[in-house]
Amino acid sequence: MDLCYTEDEEAFRDELRTWLKGALPNVGPPPTDHTDLEARRAYDTRWQRILYEAGYAGVHWPAEFGGRGSTPTEHLIFLEETERAGAPYVGVNFVGQLHAGPTLIAEAAPEQQRAHLAPILRGDHVWCQGFSEPGSGSDLASLTTRAFDDGDHYVVTGQKIWTSFAQVADYCELLVRTDPDVPKHRGITWLIMPMDLPGIEIRPIVTALGASEFAEMFLDEVRIPKVNRVGGHNDGWRVTMVTFAFERGTAFISEIIASQRLLADLAKVAQKVTRGSARASDDAEIRRRLGRLEAELDALWSLTKRNVSQAQRTGMVGPGGSVFKLAYADTRKRMSDLAEQILGRAGLAIGDTLDLGELDHVGERLYTLTLTIAAGTSEIQRTIVGERLLGLPKDR
Amino acid sequence: MDFELNEDQEALAEGVAALCAGRFDIGTVRAMASDGLDRGRWTELAQTGVFSLTRPEAEGGLGMGWAEAVVVFEQLGRALVPGPLAAATLTASLVGLSETATAVETSGLDPVEIGEGAAEGSIVVGALQRCGGPCFVEFAEWVDGLIISDDEGLWWVDAEWLKAADAAPAAHPLDPLTPVSAVSELPQGRRIADRSTAVVWRRCGALLTSALQLGIASGATDQAVEYAKQREQFGKPIGAFQAVKHRCADMITRVEVLRAAVYAAAVTVDGKGVDDPSRSVAVAKILASSAAAACAKDSVQVHGGMGYTWEVDAHLFLKRAWVHDLAFGDGDDYADQLARGLLSG
Ligand SMILES: Cc1cc2nc3c(=O)[nH]c(=O)nc-3n(C[C@H](O)[C@H](O)[C@H](O)COP(=O)(O)OP(=O)(O)OC[C@H]3O[C@@H](n4cnc5c(N)ncnc54)[C@H](O)[C@@H]3O)c2cc1C
Repeated sequence: MDLCYTEDEEAFRDELRTWLKGALPNVGPPPTDHTDLEARRAYDTRWQRILYEAGYAGVHWPAEFGGRGSTPTEHLIFLEETERAGAPYVGVNFVGQLHAGPTLIAEAAPEQQRAHLAPILRGDHVWCQGFSEPGSGSDLASLTTRAFDDGDHYVVTGQKIWTSFAQVADYCELLVRTDPDVPKHRGITWLIMPMDLPGIEIRPIVTALGASEFAEMFLDEVRIPKVNRVGGHNDGWRVTMVTFAFERGTAFISEIIASQRLLADLAKVAQKVTRGSARASDDAEIRRRLGRLEAELDALWSLTKRNVSQAQRTGMVGPGGSVFKLAYADTRKRMSDLAEQILGRAGLAIGDTLDLGELDHVGERLYTLTLTIAAGTSEIQRTIVGERLLGLPKDR
Repeated sequence: MDFELNEDQEALAEGVAALCAGRFDIGTVRAMASDGLDRGRWTELAQTGVFSLTRPEAEGGLGMGWAEAVVVFEQLGRALVPGPLAAATLTASLVGLSETATAVETSGLDPVEIGEGAAEGSIVVGALQRCGGPCFVEFAEWVDGLIISDDEGLWWVDAEWLKAADAAPAAHPLDPLTPVSAVSELPQGRRIADRSTAVVWRRCGALLTSALQLGIASGATDQAVEYAKQREQFGKPIGAFQAVKHRCADMITRVEVLRAAVYAAAVTVDGKGVDDPSRSVAVAKILASSAAAACAKDSVQVHGGMGYTWEVDAHLFLKRAWVHDLAFGDGDDYADQLARGLLSG
């Protein structure tokens, strides 16, 4: 058991650092207007293109599909170093890079792979995920967006919701109901939906942060060619589960590093604001809370390395990923509480730091609300951990 | 990077678990409550090598790393094996901690003999951080001496002094397996090691204690999960109810985060990491102090009324967790230390 990196891994890190030092000054600052998704897309895909040209796109994708074929540990180093250097986050490329792309690699036909994988790596195509529906969130398999068989097409009608970046996406990984008369998991099909097909209407949803990064998607007799089906007819649930098995423990690396920076900035704020007659940082209770959070983030970073090590050995992380997500969300929520306590009335505006710190602790406080909801709520994660990791009986 | 136990470490954990199951089952451990520290069992434990793990091979020790020690201590913590375990391993390793350990002025028993005795189990040593005013000393009636750490170094206090000071045993120690005696003031003692050794001593002590806490957190969790599978109410196992299931999920989540922190601290102390050892150990002790007690309390809750009885072990986990929290610096001390690092960074 060790936490040392091999010579090859250190060489990979050094080379990446050197490259980032040269590349980042040309990237420019991210767009400041939360509501301008076109600007966001332009910024994020430009960075993807820069990565691609330097050979860093799809670090964790197999080489035969244009990736770098790196190990989970190298992927960890890549995510750690890019985040520490302040490089752009994966952003609008999230679904393509981390979800749709890996699914296509595992399950798609060679023609589909040829058509879609390279454009994802180059930042030419942006993907979104059309899974959730108004009636089907945690119970995803109950989805009802209906696809009828019409010769060489599926005709799709229904509604999706919470589709992140749908407004600026070129393709959608879409789950549809192809058979309503069989048990729910067995009548679902996975489709590639080009977003410019007739019959797709997108209505942005404004988030609690005042941004509109996700949307409702109304589908009215959208004709999707059958050649766009990935996996078999009614085989979509299995295809979706294969994607989840791709997780290598690396999902929250950028978040952890960013959280450490956030906490360090919060400590600076605590040295500037006063509580009573002293600085907030002179308050022993505030200091202890800072110290405990610092410890938790450090432990979560170690847990990430354990999950990555396990993935490197066995190819999977299993419920370790759920354990991580639960703990991370909890820590971040308590970080938000501390930010609230430290900021006091300086926390009454979003994005206006009053020169107290460099980062937007108020916006982050709202963002943390999503951590217990998106990608499987904390309640669902607890049930997964209880049943799959601890073997507790199902409540049925 | 391979941050999982290797085969030898796994075998070590299994071996110690088997030893505890065979010789320190909970019935035996509970019986020890009436007679404090069973010197026979203590020697037996010492002879398996658990106190010699990190003692240099040249001194007859096993010359292993702190990672191995942590793996062993996790099992000892889980089995609730009583006694000044961390102090024994630290004392036996003293020769390796610093070359100056022997060079400082001493008289009577010298640190080399003490270390040898601790490794073999013939000498039982207690460890304490210097504190002012009245305090409770663990196992005062059974130890041959105390090693007190402070900013100046390590200090030896003979058992004779404890007797002379009329250390008064508490009739009802919080943890029935950790007898304590009240003393009005700690003596200065004889210096046996310098200040830098004292720093390493406290760090390794906090590390071993965190590992004991990990064992407690994980033992309490397994105990609760087991009970949740078998106890039925409303016609089904209580573990089928979400409120219980989710509590158990929170317990194992704390355990796994703590495990990562403790293992990371151990490999870092062994020089097989990238961080600062004192920081890594602080992280482990902070998480250990909150996770062990929280898991133990949750186990009491999952057991319902049974959880509040003397008969069920849940309270023993909780009480030991509280004892360990105070050893080699508590969670608050280390949290403050980390915060000061953040604030000056
Ligand atoms: C920022 C963000 C981005 C997202 N992006 C996308 C995207 O791009 N594509 C996409 O398809 N989806 C996306 N989602 C949707 C997300 O996956 C769902 O919100 C999530 O799965 C929960 O579904 P729901 O919102 O319908 O809540 P519900 O399932 O209605 O849950 C409501 C509450 O009930 C609880 N609950 C439900 N079932 C149970 C149960 N069995 N036991 C205990 N408690 C239960 C939940 O935990 C929750 O607290 C996004 C969500 C967010 C917040």
